[in-house]
Amino acid sequence: MMMIIVDEVIEHIFDFITSHKDRNSVSLVCKSWYKIERYSRQRVFIGNCYSISPERLIARFPGLKSLTLKGKPHFADFNLVPHDWGGFLDPWIKAFAKNRIGLEELRLKRMVVSDESLELLSKSFVNFKSLILVSCEGFTTDGLAAIAANCRNLRELDLQENEVDDHRGHWLSCFPESCTSLVSLNFACLKGEINLAALERLVARSPNLKSLRLNRSVPLDTLQKLLMRAPQLLDLGTGSYVHDPSSEAYNELKASIQKCKSIRSLSGFLEVAPRCMAAIYPICANLTFLNLSYAAGLHGNALTKLIQHCNKLQRLWILDCIGDKGLGVVASTCKELQELRVFPSDPYGAGNAAVTEEGLVLISAGCPKLNSLLYFCQQMTNAALITVAKNCPNFIRFRLCTLDPTKPDPVTNLPLDEGFGAIVQSCKGLKRLSLSGLLTDQVFLYIGMYAEQLEMLSIAFAGESDKGMLYVLNGCKKLRKLEIRDCPFGNAALLEDVGKYETMRSLWMSSCEVTLGACKTLAEKMPRLKVELINDSDQMEFNLDDDQKVEKMYLYRSVVGHREDAPEFVWIL
Amino acid sequence: MAKELETELRLGLPGGGTEKNEKKRVFSEISEDDENGKVSNNNNEKKMQSKSQVVGWPPVCSYRKKNSFNDSKASKMYVKVSMDGAPFLRKIDLAMHKGYSDLAAALEKMFGEALRDADNCEFVPIYEDKDGDWMLAGDVPWEMFIESCKRLRVMKRADAQGFGVLRSRETLNATSKNE
Repeated sequence: MMMIIVDEVIEHIFDFITSHKDRNSVSLVCKSWYKIERYSRQRVFIGNCYSISPERLIARFPGLKSLTLKGKPHFADFNLVPHDWGGFLDPWIKAFAKNRIGLEELRLKRMVVSDESLELLSKSFVNFKSLILVSCEGFTTDGLAAIAANCRNLRELDLQENEVDDHRGHWLSCFPESCTSLVSLNFACLKGEINLAALERLVARSPNLKSLRLNRSVPLDTLQKLLMRAPQLLDLGTGSYVHDPSSEAYNELKASIQKCKSIRSLSGFLEVAPRCMAAIYPICANLTFLNLSYAAGLHGNALTKLIQHCNKLQRLWILDCIGDKGLGVVASTCKELQELRVFPSDPYGAGNAAVTEEGLVLISAGCPKLNSLLYFCQQMTNAALITVAKNCPNFIRFRLCTLDPTKPDPVTNLPLDEGFGAIVQSCKGLKRLSLSGLLTDQVFLYIGMYAEQLEMLSIAFAGESDKGMLYVLNGCKKLRKLEIRDCPFGNAALLEDVGKYETMRSLWMSSCEVTLGACKTLAEKMPRLKVELINDSDQMEFNLDDDQKVEKMYLYRSVVGHREDAPEFVWIL
Repeated sequence: MAKELETELRLGLPGGGTEKNEKKRVFSEISEDDENGKVSNNNNEKKMQSKSQVVGWPPVCSYRKKNSFNDSKASKMYVKVSMDGAPFLRKIDLAMHKGYSDLAAALEKMFGEALRDADNCEFVPIYEDKDGDWMLAGDVPWEMFIESCKRLRVMKRADAQGFGVLRSRETLNATSKNE
């Protein structure tokens, strides 16, 4: 007897399939499953907003509730993409509003978000709950006021590292008295003053508040009052952390912090008085995430003393003024460490505050669970990288940045090929890699040979010939994003396997050897690839000579036509 | 027996131990060699002329660049500094200094003239702590010192004798040298 599983049952089973990859796979099995999957899909991830249009998205997933959308290419973070390149939220919101999509969650990265979009968003979706903006721009606190005022069921407003025009209005006061649903509020990136009394009242009427990240304008005594109201917090970002440690206010803070036994994640310290850090010690043993990467005022003993209390730390973000010795303290204290990010505190300085290969070796020896690294350093050696590869075979993300981009191994004066080679050979699960230092084609041979799981690769000032790029394109079967700047890779590498780019999200090449003619050839052969040539925003004229080298090329796969919002300095072939 | 005594403020910890920056000096030598010698393997050398002119390097996102480097609003620890014989007080930011020797250098700079004008005097740096006691600077670790120091005074050693201040090894050595 044949058993027929009815659609409702399949749909119910699909409820348990949550990862995007799995749902994508499931939809490919047969027409019936495709149909069931698309009607039941609520969460969608779009890694490149120009790979599809809002209309197509809505047509396929009418039940959409939660969307993650990314706009500008990664190198836009480093000023390599001119302003106004694109990535506008507006058409998406307009389309969702028009089609009565029941949007509840929106997470955006590197998008241009206008106040008008925010206002439309706030008024169009009754059940809207969560807005997360990462590295976005284009909006002001007026847009935030609209969100606060109109989203009746808002649970999450999370602003991470956005460029926001702060009109110093009373956006925070726009949360109505009836709003008691907040779970997460992060406004650390806002520059202006906020209404402290309104903030206190808001926190007081938000019993579910678990995450609170304040901006610089919130003083320490207000922090104390907020903590009194919200001892249930899991995640805290302090604002200004400056006070006189002999004052009554500071003592009260100490007492309030001690009651916050649930805090697992701590950040902020945008302004910091090292003498006041002792108040934090009682909760340090509970911390799993500590972000001191904006705490420029914290260094030396005050910094290491704090870290010595944090023995359960899994993720640590710090500035390089911690020094190699300080990293040694981390290595001996934080045995559970999985992720370390060391940011430069003085990128053009004479190396007064910097870390070297020594700090990294100490970390690798002391923290065997390390799987994710971002490390800006003065120098690196092959020997150190080989040791690190041996000590930590579990890296998923390995991003190394020498402050001098073509610096060789200072001990041997050799390129860092062998060191990075050891990393890719040892770390079989490596998904993301960023290279720096003096590098020849050899490192790319290793990457192509060993980095089987690699999905994202960032290359700058490296390599000697097209062979380098070809090793990567031919070898890394799972490659999704490749970004290259200032490398001698040219047409032969670009055109060798044009089909490869349809298996990837995007390719960025700037200041390389690729010519206009080759880009045209590529665009002709592959209609589903968008090949964008980007000039600097003050240069509208494109040089039409096929032999002319292209300054910036961004290519991405897409199932729709050319985008219509491209500015004049962008030429889509 | 007139000796030209050099007035020297020494704020080292009893028993010596100055801060060493040798490692950093080694680095700057190494990186100088690299800048002069090494060939960069691509054609964009014009971009490498000066590190600070390479667009987008180091790859730190612009938000972070604007908010974490050289934070001028870092905490300040200003304390008053008086010097015997000087007509007015000064203020010094303890947070700007890495240790006692650094502080000594700053005080010398600040009061240089007055120090030189004083006739054959030695000076002793003392400070008032949280409890209101006057202490000789240099006994406790630097971090502890800056936490507890409320004001500084550069005092003539001669005056210090009647002041109940503990003598450090330096002043003891200096005394024996004189005699």
